[in-house]
Amino acid sequence: MQPMGKAPMPMDKDRECEVLGQGFKRGLKDSLKYDLGNALRNDLSNAMRNFLVQNIVPITFVIVCLLAVRWSGKPLAFLLQEVVFRLSRNSFLVLSLVVPVMAGLGLNFGLVIGAMAGQAGLIFVAAKQIPGILGLLTACLVALPLALGLGYMIGKIMNMAKGREMIAGMILGFFMNGVYQLVFLFGIGTVIPFSNKDMMLPSGIGLRNTVELVSVKWVLDELLMVRIGSVRVPLATLGLSAVLGALITWLYRTKLGQDIRAIGQDMRVSQVAGIQVDRTRIVAMMISTVLGAFGQIIFLQDIGTLNVYDSHGQIATFAIAAILVGGATVSRATVGQALLGTFLFHLLFIVSPYAGQNLLGSAQVGEYFRVFVAYGIIAVSLALHSMQQARAQAGLKR
Amino acid sequence: MCGYVLEMYGITKDYYGNRVLNDVILKVRPGEIHGIVGENGAGKSTLMNILFGMPVIYNTGGFQGKIRFCGVETAFASPRQALESGIGMVHQEFMLIPGFTVAENIKLNREPLKSTWLAKLAGGRMNRLDWPKIISDSKAALNTVGLGIDEMLPVAGLPVGYMQFVEIAREVDKQGVKLLVFDEPTALLTEAESEQLMSSVRKISDSGVAVIFISHRLDEVLRLCDKITVMRDGEVVASMGASDPGATIHRIAELMVGREVVRPSYPKRTTDPGDDDIILSIQDLMVDMPGEEVHGITLSVRRGEILGIGGLAGQGKIGISNGVMGVYPAQGRVIKDGTEIPLNNPAEAYRQKLAFLSEDRKNVGLILDRSVENNITVAATLVKSMFQKTLGIGRMGIRIRDKKSARKFSEEMIRDLDIRCTGPSQLVRRLSGGNQQKVCIARALALEPEILLVSEPTRGIDVGAKQRILDLLVNLNREKGMTIILTSSELAELRQVCDRIAVIYGGRLVDILSPDDSNARFGMAMSGRRAEASELTRRPTAS
Repeated sequence: MQPMGKAPMPMDKDRECEVLGQGFKRGLKDSLKYDLGNALRNDLSNAMRNFLVQNIVPITFVIVCLLAVRWSGKPLAFLLQEVVFRLSRNSFLVLSLVVPVMAGLGLNFGLVIGAMAGQAGLIFVAAKQIPGILGLLTACLVALPLALGLGYMIGKIMNMAKGREMIAGMILGFFMNGVYQLVFLFGIGTVIPFSNKDMMLPSGIGLRNTVELVSVKWVLDELLMVRIGSVRVPLATLGLSAVLGALITWLYRTKLGQDIRAIGQDMRVSQVAGIQVDRTRIVAMMISTVLGAFGQIIFLQDIGTLNVYDSHGQIATFAIAAILVGGATVSRATVGQALLGTFLFHLLFIVSPYAGQNLLGSAQVGEYFRVFVAYGIIAVSLALHSMQQARAQAGLKR
Repeated sequence: MCGYVLEMYGITKDYYGNRVLNDVILKVRPGEIHGIVGENGAGKSTLMNILFGMPVIYNTGGFQGKIRFCGVETAFASPRQALESGIGMVHQEFMLIPGFTVAENIKLNREPLKSTWLAKLAGGRMNRLDWPKIISDSKAALNTVGLGIDEMLPVAGLPVGYMQFVEIAREVDKQGVKLLVFDEPTALLTEAESEQLMSSVRKISDSGVAVIFISHRLDEVLRLCDKITVMRDGEVVASMGASDPGATIHRIAELMVGREVVRPSYPKRTTDPGDDDIILSIQDLMVDMPGEEVHGITLSVRRGEILGIGGLAGQGKIGISNGVMGVYPAQGRVIKDGTEIPLNNPAEAYRQKLAFLSEDRKNVGLILDRSVENNITVAATLVKSMFQKTLGIGRMGIRIRDKKSARKFSEEMIRDLDIRCTGPSQLVRRLSGGNQQKVCIARALALEPEILLVSEPTRGIDVGAKQRILDLLVNLNREKGMTIILTSSELAELRQVCDRIAVIYGGRLVDILSPDDSNARFGMAMSGRRAEASELTRRPTAS
């Protein structure tokens, strides 16, 4: 009994082991295959999702732009030409927004004040009829001390209005607009001696509404105009923006850039570490204001006409809309986002009236659409930002 | 080399006539780990503030005494000066920039630079960061503290414990640090992390740096430190070597707490409150109050007693009342006289005849820019629609303020509680702290509560007024039979008026003690250890 009973045991055990082993192996293989595949898929889909979520704004705009380009029915060469000009005209202004965002000051709605300084420079050049590149340089030279002073003032005020920089900047812009009008509507010819009577109102006090910038029109654009296919490219103007982009990127790597980034993230910790928070914020604001002044000069030499009381009006709004379209937020902006945003925003600007005409029989609709887009994107971005802040604060409490 | 890195002699400091430090002496040798222990308000932070030349010291009239750093007599005029002379500080709250990498945080504002041509024109801030050096220095500093993480990781995602080490690495990286102050570094760490922290503190001190280690955890201090200074009420009560035979946990605990408790003879009750009549039963209460979290407390309150809730700051004692009253999010069960009070709903708590005097008197407790009368009547008006009259007929009427009854009640209260003010219409902001507290009490009384929860009633109140507030609470208890739950950081105060004292540590109940229990027992409970009976009988001196 016993040997017989014992005999099958090892066999059974072996078989059992074998079956178990196979099962185990198969299970392991399956689970490995499953896990690896799944993990990979998960990782990929996570990465995809992250990419999509983080870049949802530019992606949406790429799609909208592509559709609008198609509906506009315009030849690509025409669009390209328009975009190149607008890019060269606007990107400097948009780039001037990057530094304050880095410093935690948010989107600089006070950019209009820099633009006013730039216009003051141009008015001086137009009055003196200084021609060519020399004229542009003179305009910049006149604008520089004004912008530095105004930037210092904005910075000071924003240090008093910590946490509410954007609304403070916007209101400051409105306020300075009043001062600007006072100076050019009543100051010229009374307090400020002005010899060029053609530019003045018939009463002899104040400037006319429009000033033709004959002496400096297109001087930068024409300095280095290159033809690529049928598209004319103002290399000098674009080159200036490229240089500015490189400078900002370089600034990131300096001590000042590091300080600006630090205060942008946490003012209190920076203060304790000995970084001069208020001073650094003022420096950031001064940089932005000066760049805004130069940007406006570049912008207006391309337009060729200065609307004395109007040209600066929506500069900040459109520049801010552009940088936001590029995927920037109130607390994060890069040079790349500024350039991409300028491209997309202005492409949309060009094509939307045509698309509106073709789709709905009215160019006006396209016009409305682009204004809607400009303000809408700012509103959405501000709302998103305060939501994020609220969430971050809730997270801190926890 | 100097015999002592730091010598402080006869340090005395007054805040507005209130002496917070009295003739303190502290001496620290190079390479020594010097522990400082003491209750909240013992003067530890003030002493460190003086050492660092904090503005708060100079804004309040400076201090008396001498400080010698490395044998040279100095008095640092600003924290910056202290840091530059070689004193480092590891903060209790993290001074880190979340979006920066570990390396950037270690080198924050001390980044090694490479010169550029632009810097020669526009100043030193245009120099480039020397990244290879930033990385190698950070690596070395992280190695010293024994934290093996990638220095290029952003700080934002790190576990809390790691952040503390990053902060220490920053101090270690500073050149020429001779003295490093750790202000309760283990408060937020897990046990394993604390162990690692202590070993890196040892490493630091082995390299010749002197360390001042401030902590509430007595066992840690005993294990880690070479010398221990015990402070109480602004004075050094003992300074001993950690290997001295007298240096035991309960001896230190006793020294920390041990002050004469004078129990004024409050009137005796006819029947003492007992466990057979429970008015409020708190079960498994968890409260999410930042800095004062409660992690599950079960506590029964006897009808008619004064129950004290004690413990060190940040251990959760304040969270209990705030949780029960629904001021901060809470979980668990609170049962009063058999009915469960829904949590997270202050109005419901008031309706169940609970009233609350918040520790945050100026923000939560009072409306500073309203009159005494407004402040006294507002809660009762809101909760119980008191001090209102109906204009119109029957149900059609609108309810408006009844100025007459409100005035009458507030005048009564001003008289009964002896609130020193020019009259019911004086703004509360103008009153002294003690009188503001009385206004709070009056407001609570208007609700006619059965249970009064009082949080830090004497905080920020001058000494004489403190006693009056406490006497007032005892009177309410004895005369009106009101049950009082008194939360306070001042143990002496609790022992003076309470029937029982629950000691909270780490968000949990450690022990319920009698006010007559020994100092050692209180001291140990407050550092989180429930004294076993055997330990107490071994205690060398009875108090």
